[in-house]
Amino acid sequence: MVELRALQWSLLAAMLALWHWVTRNPDVAFFFGEPLVVFRRIWTWFTRGDGSLQIGPGRAGWFTLHLPAEIYPHLIVTLSETVIAFVIGAALGTAAGLWLALAPRTGVVLHPYVKAANSMPRVILAPIFATWFGLGIWSKVALAITLVFFVVFFNVYQGVKEVDPGILASSRVMGASRRQLLHTVYLPSALSWLFSSLHNAVGLAFVGAVVGEYLGSARGIGYLILQAEGTFDVNGVFAGIIVLTVFALLLDGMVSFIERRYMIWRPALGETRRL
Amino acid sequence: MSGTATPVGAATPGRADAAALALIDVACRFAAAGKPAYTAVAGISLAVQPGEFVSVVGPTGCGKSTLLNLAAGLLRPSAGSVQVFGSPLHGINARAGYLLQSDTLMPWRTALQNTVVGLEYRGLPKQQIAAQGREWLARVGLAGFGDRYPHQLSGGMRKRVALAQTLALEPDIILMDEPFSALDVQTRQLMENELLALWQARRKAVLFITHDLDEAIALSDRVIVLSAGPASHAVGEFDIDLARPRDVADIRASARFVDLHARIWSCLRDEVLKSYAQQRAAAHG
Repeated sequence: MVELRALQWSLLAAMLALWHWVTRNPDVAFFFGEPLVVFRRIWTWFTRGDGSLQIGPGRAGWFTLHLPAEIYPHLIVTLSETVIAFVIGAALGTAAGLWLALAPRTGVVLHPYVKAANSMPRVILAPIFATWFGLGIWSKVALAITLVFFVVFFNVYQGVKEVDPGILASSRVMGASRRQLLHTVYLPSALSWLFSSLHNAVGLAFVGAVVGEYLGSARGIGYLILQAEGTFDVNGVFAGIIVLTVFALLLDGMVSFIERRYMIWRPALGETRRL
Repeated sequence: MSGTATPVGAATPGRADAAALALIDVACRFAAAGKPAYTAVAGISLAVQPGEFVSVVGPTGCGKSTLLNLAAGLLRPSAGSVQVFGSPLHGINARAGYLLQSDTLMPWRTALQNTVVGLEYRGLPKQQIAAQGREWLARVGLAGFGDRYPHQLSGGMRKRVALAQTLALEPDIILMDEPFSALDVQTRQLMENELLALWQARRKAVLFITHDLDEAIALSDRVIVLSAGPASHAVGEFDIDLARPRDVADIRASARFVDLHARIWSCLRDEVLKSYAQQRAAAHG
């Protein structure tokens, strides 16, 4: 395991070295940026300048946060959009998945609509959400919810549908009521499917938030990237991408952490501890 | 259940007290869209007396599992009726415990939590549940394994937990669908002996489905042979007058066992051949 870790880190080092070496040539660097400049940019973002962020509705808000560097307001905005959309989207997706899977008639009636809504390229909705919810965070939250919802919905739906029929039959003969079946069979079974979908969902929540910012905003990492692109500042674009990636990994790690706490019954990958 | 042992082969009809489980002239048809209805079983009558151990054997695809689903109340017969202690069955059979062939432990519950799930459904007090669960785990030889999850247990151990789960509810009728078929021969004989010991102590009615004639004879008071499907029905019924308590490994060598085996097999063989011919025809058709 230690060797594998070492290998992982040396792969990263090798890629950075390659990037650095290739971009010695200024013509290449114009398109790909320079790693050292990129990291210096990230460092500046996190250390220099100051930022302020108004919290609350309306022009004045409730209060203004004063932050120690210029990136923080952007980061806080993007992360808030992501987390809010993730939580709401996952909750709605779970509820809808359970409902449609457990009420087969409703499921059949709504099925074509769900399919249509899912196959629609939902990024197109961003401008509509902007006119509905304005250019603040809520239009981005709405867009990200539409992305998160379906991933979670389909997984929970599948999780309920694929409950082991043997477990179901034996529970029914043991006298489980509908509510008891829900609590002891359907929910735990759907939970493992839910968790595997949450990893995808975190990524999509980020996509929704950033694409939303990209299409119209005054704050956020997506806004920073857009600004950099507007001035052919490739280094700024890459710096934004790296910051996003790191925070996406952090959020994914948090999902994994919660998953490990609640899914102790599931054999870990590679663990086959039989007696 | 009375403490007196039911005499061997006491399945004689016309007893005053009602059978624990009676299937009366039942038929079960399955309709599939665009296909003619498939008749799984037709005109089957069988009764299991309280305290009696009855096995049903038959070729593959003869509707053995359908029979158990009918007895458990998971399926409703297309014709005929199912009676439990003399009254017709509506919905799930609350007096039955059902041990299925497949692995039915909940992977998200520990062995102890799996053992007590039925007790939880009944809404018993928590302390009583835990105490009874531990008692039953000990009875199936798994004391100290209560905290393990199913994936940490061997196939035999999982079957024991499933057995404890079924028996913890103290059902008056125990339905078993080839419960040991996935186990290796040694584990299987161990489990069969343990099942007999547990049954001997409590004497519930058992309806045991198997395709293994040796197993059926070694365990049962009575063996019923089903015909090949579709529309399978009972073609033979044999009282097993071997002395109890039995050891399933030793008893196979006794002359009476060999004699019974020969007689039942001559009845079963024709059905197996018929079923085999049907499958071949279906494969080539």
